[in-house]
Amino acid sequence: MMDLRELYQDIILDHGRHPRNFRKIEHPTHFAQGHNPLCGDRVTIYVTLDGDRIADVSFQGRGCAISTAAASLMTEVLKGKTTAEARALFAQFHARATGGEPAADLPEPLAEEMDRLEPLTGVKAYPARVKCATLSWHALEAALKGSGEMVKTE
Amino acid sequence: MGPASLRSVYPGPGGFDPKEVKREFPIFANNPDLVFLDSAASAQKPRSVIDGTAEYYRTDYANVHRGVYRLSARSTERYEEARDKVRRFLNASDRREIVFVRNTTEAINLVAQSWGAAFLREGDEVVISELEHHSNIVPWQLLRDRIGIKLVVAPIDATGGLDLAAFETLLSRRTRLVAVTHMANATGALVPVERVVALAHRHGAKVLLDGSQAAPRLPVDVQALGCDFYAFTGHKVYGPTGIGVLYGRFELLSAMPPYQGGGEMILHVSFDKTEYQEPPHRFEAGTPDIAGAIGLGIALDFIEELGRENIREHEEALTGYGVDRLAQIRGLRLLGAGQRRLGILSFDLEGVHPHDVSQVLDQHHVAVRAGHHCAQPLMEQLGLSGTTRASLGVYNDEADIDRLAEALKAAREMFLR
Repeated sequence: MMDLRELYQDIILDHGRHPRNFRKIEHPTHFAQGHNPLCGDRVTIYVTLDGDRIADVSFQGRGCAISTAAASLMTEVLKGKTTAEARALFAQFHARATGGEPAADLPEPLAEEMDRLEPLTGVKAYPARVKCATLSWHALEAALKGSGEMVKTE
Repeated sequence: MGPASLRSVYPGPGGFDPKEVKREFPIFANNPDLVFLDSAASAQKPRSVIDGTAEYYRTDYANVHRGVYRLSARSTERYEEARDKVRRFLNASDRREIVFVRNTTEAINLVAQSWGAAFLREGDEVVISELEHHSNIVPWQLLRDRIGIKLVVAPIDATGGLDLAAFETLLSRRTRLVAVTHMANATGALVPVERVVALAHRHGAKVLLDGSQAAPRLPVDVQALGCDFYAFTGHKVYGPTGIGVLYGRFELLSAMPPYQGGGEMILHVSFDKTEYQEPPHRFEAGTPDIAGAIGLGIALDFIEELGRENIREHEEALTGYGVDRLAQIRGLRLLGAGQRRLGILSFDLEGVHPHDVSQVLDQHHVAVRAGHHCAQPLMEQLGLSGTTRASLGVYNDEADIDRLAEALKAAREMFLR
């Protein structure tokens, strides 16, 4: 069996304990709620778009260390990115977290951001936890689509 | 070595040694490090059930209630013999009161869709409790949406048990059915069902008990309880998946319309009109889970050989040990289970999410359940998104609890450094 510290790397434990951008944006341009019916966890993602650029992004909710760290790291890497860049990062992250077909190569600055998300891809060895790592991204995607609906991981 | 001999050789708290009982369960030989504390979700299977089911397919298999040939007669005999075993297990007065279904969920849906739809009217009230599993909530909501019954929820008290006084105030002439669990799956709280039945009957209401968790742990006597319906599932009483039981008083079952239509449940079919079988066959449309029923019968034999009072004593002793052991873990809060808790330890480890707890426990080969336990309304009431739940079976012993406690300390260390 894989060492559990591969899953719970220091950066994940740190972001799990001290999530960044863990706050509500009072007047977001976009927001959406994510729900994992398996565990009952919920996360709300708030986004302020400036044109096509993510001027601010934050989250609130309750979840496990993985889902909290995933949301926290996501908000950190997404600030200042365009929505297209956010989608490209999600595609790459999703592929690596699920162990699926690799997505299109990212241009250099984005590839560096992807490296920051790499510790979270340890979930691919724990199928039950993949949803914990991707829930906030799914919610972000829904927020950007502007549907305002709740997204579920199932 | 059979379970009977286990009892005499190594007397434990329940008169048997769980270490010896464990040898009867091949899963542990194949997973030597496994500490299995998730029997409330589904219990492991003894060799007698696994082998007995296979043996039935090898020696006696044919469809039931159909063939004239001897093999089919033998198969039918074994299927119906399983029904007799269930009758004895519940101490029902009549074998026709035992209906084979897929699981507890189907048993409750059967009562809701057949009895409920036929005998309840708009405005009639069905009382459930905050302790219920989703399977004893959603079927009544479906019926509510269909015919307009009112769903009334009896609260728990500060100790986590059913608030009997509050429950009593909810009963009225409009109450037609009380559908409550015999034992809460999320917390292990035993419900004083004798009192519930007495109070409900005083108001002329029928009573359905969800015995999913109680049946594997307690002697159950439906006549002594006086309930009208009792449901339990095979896979939690060390039997196969896919088979469950609905007990219903014969007078009620015989007045109920069929739940599903098809073969097996009819006397005569023409395109104008169909005459239905008497219970229980009226409610067993199509080829049943024959091997499942036979496997369930073998599982009940296993339980009876260990002794149901013995099993209760074993689980009580081990539950007590678990409560004491968990109390020593800093930051651990055991969920209240009212006056009596049996076989289930559901807890919150402060600052650590249940999923993370169970992930670390899994690393220590300790299998527990994490989440809402299909009891989201109860979790909501308790202000939790979920808990970690350790649940006991006949194969667990104090060493398993010790391993749980050690793994919990490791989880605390990892997340709360």
